[in-house]
Amino acid sequence: MEPWWITVIKAFVVVNLILILFSYTMLSERKLMGRMQLRYGPNRAGPFGVLQPFADLLKLIRKESFFASGGIDVLYIASPLLATFTALAAFSVIPFGPGWEVGGYTITGQVVDVPIALLLVFALGSVGIYGFIVGGWASESKYSLLGAMRTCAQLVSYEVSLALSVLGVVILGQSLSLTEIVARQGETIWFAVPQFVGFVIFLIAGTAETSRAPFDLPEAEQELVAGYHTEYGGMRYGLFALAEYINLITLTALAVTLFLGAWHGPWLPGPIWFLLKMVVLLFVFIWMRTTLPRLRYDQLMRFGWKVLLPIATINAMATAILVVVL
Amino acid sequence: MAKPADPGNPAVGLVRAFGVTFKQIFKKPITQQYPEYKRPLYPRFRGRHRLWRHENGLEKCVGCSLCAAACPADCIRVVPAENTPDNRVSAGERYARIYEINMSRCIFCGYCELACPFDAITLGNEFEISEYHRNDLIYTKDMLLAEPIKQVPVADPELYDTPIPYYKTHS
Repeated sequence: MEPWWITVIKAFVVVNLILILFSYTMLSERKLMGRMQLRYGPNRAGPFGVLQPFADLLKLIRKESFFASGGIDVLYIASPLLATFTALAAFSVIPFGPGWEVGGYTITGQVVDVPIALLLVFALGSVGIYGFIVGGWASESKYSLLGAMRTCAQLVSYEVSLALSVLGVVILGQSLSLTEIVARQGETIWFAVPQFVGFVIFLIAGTAETSRAPFDLPEAEQELVAGYHTEYGGMRYGLFALAEYINLITLTALAVTLFLGAWHGPWLPGPIWFLLKMVVLLFVFIWMRTTLPRLRYDQLMRFGWKVLLPIATINAMATAILVVVL
Repeated sequence: MAKPADPGNPAVGLVRAFGVTFKQIFKKPITQQYPEYKRPLYPRFRGRHRLWRHENGLEKCVGCSLCAAACPADCIRVVPAENTPDNRVSAGERYARIYEINMSRCIFCGYCELACPFDAITLGNEFEISEYHRNDLIYTKDMLLAEPIKQVPVADPELYDTPIPYYKTHS
């Protein structure tokens, strides 16, 4: 066991790295989407717009922090915090490196090694939904409430497929601990190969789970008002946006951990490999956002329950049977 | 009736769509970077107003207030005064002692230049007229008579097939 203060330092470093990754994911998304639509994207703040995230942050922080007059203040303030906290906390169990020996101390490759890490990530993701529904409820606006219900219906539906899609990985890895799943992938092959169907389902359900295009019904900026965060402004809105993006980053990190061998890779050190794989996946998510048109609400529900869920179930059952037979 | 084009296999379409967006990354963006690059204006563009003088230096405006009457935004204020032999300002009987246009109300419809019987007022090409205070947006007669400080590039009229109105070329 490592001393507690190493964990604290690691948590601090990891949280800040995620926040930096978040700001530049957002910037590169805007720039990439711009290029894909024959625009430049942000290019005014600093060279090539690299200071844009900080300009946005300054702008959001300096805005007036208002309340909805009929709203419930405590919940109104707490829900973006809850959403951000769960989004950031979920990253703590994800192994980003093999672990190192520094000055006689063993430093593990994740903030905390929990034997039920996978369950913890899903549990935190589910708690994060409270942030959205409570935020919509506390704003005392029918549009926010409807938006929150829309969000929650989508997140709850797709969470089932998401959880079922990783069942195959759990069966192959024979553990719920992410470190053991990663170690097992190091011994054999990346689980994306035997669990290709599971990987694809994980990516699709994950897109819906982080409410990204083509499943961005919760926000749907072109046709609906923003959804659960309609009544939010300034940095409180910023925290919701941050939670959404960090959920996406955690999801890609989870996909890399479960299916793409986490930090395993030749020549380069572990964390670099981890980051590279994450960047590739994030690019796929951004690419998907520009390419695919948004689903209608009934299509979303039909796809989730009638297509994704049966395939995920069959995939998990087939994996279980094959593992027992072989 | 022509049959609609065959949509083809949706799965193939999906994959091809990803190819289309990926190819776009390497194309040059078509955005015009505005403050650095100013697109030449359409010749009939209606920008900020201009009052004109005759060649002999007298003002064309005779203070008839027809522009103010035509103005749908009610942004023009004209106060006329009589010309006297020792103080001759305009070619007519009277002249505009005060001529003000409130640019924050003006909708740049161009009715004032249509209403003007002497082609004294026209709408120019200048459009970058933002100010930090509303009072600065009230243009007085001196400002309207002066040459615009900013010169805006104007596209070659030959490029467009619409005729240039008479008052744009002969006033």
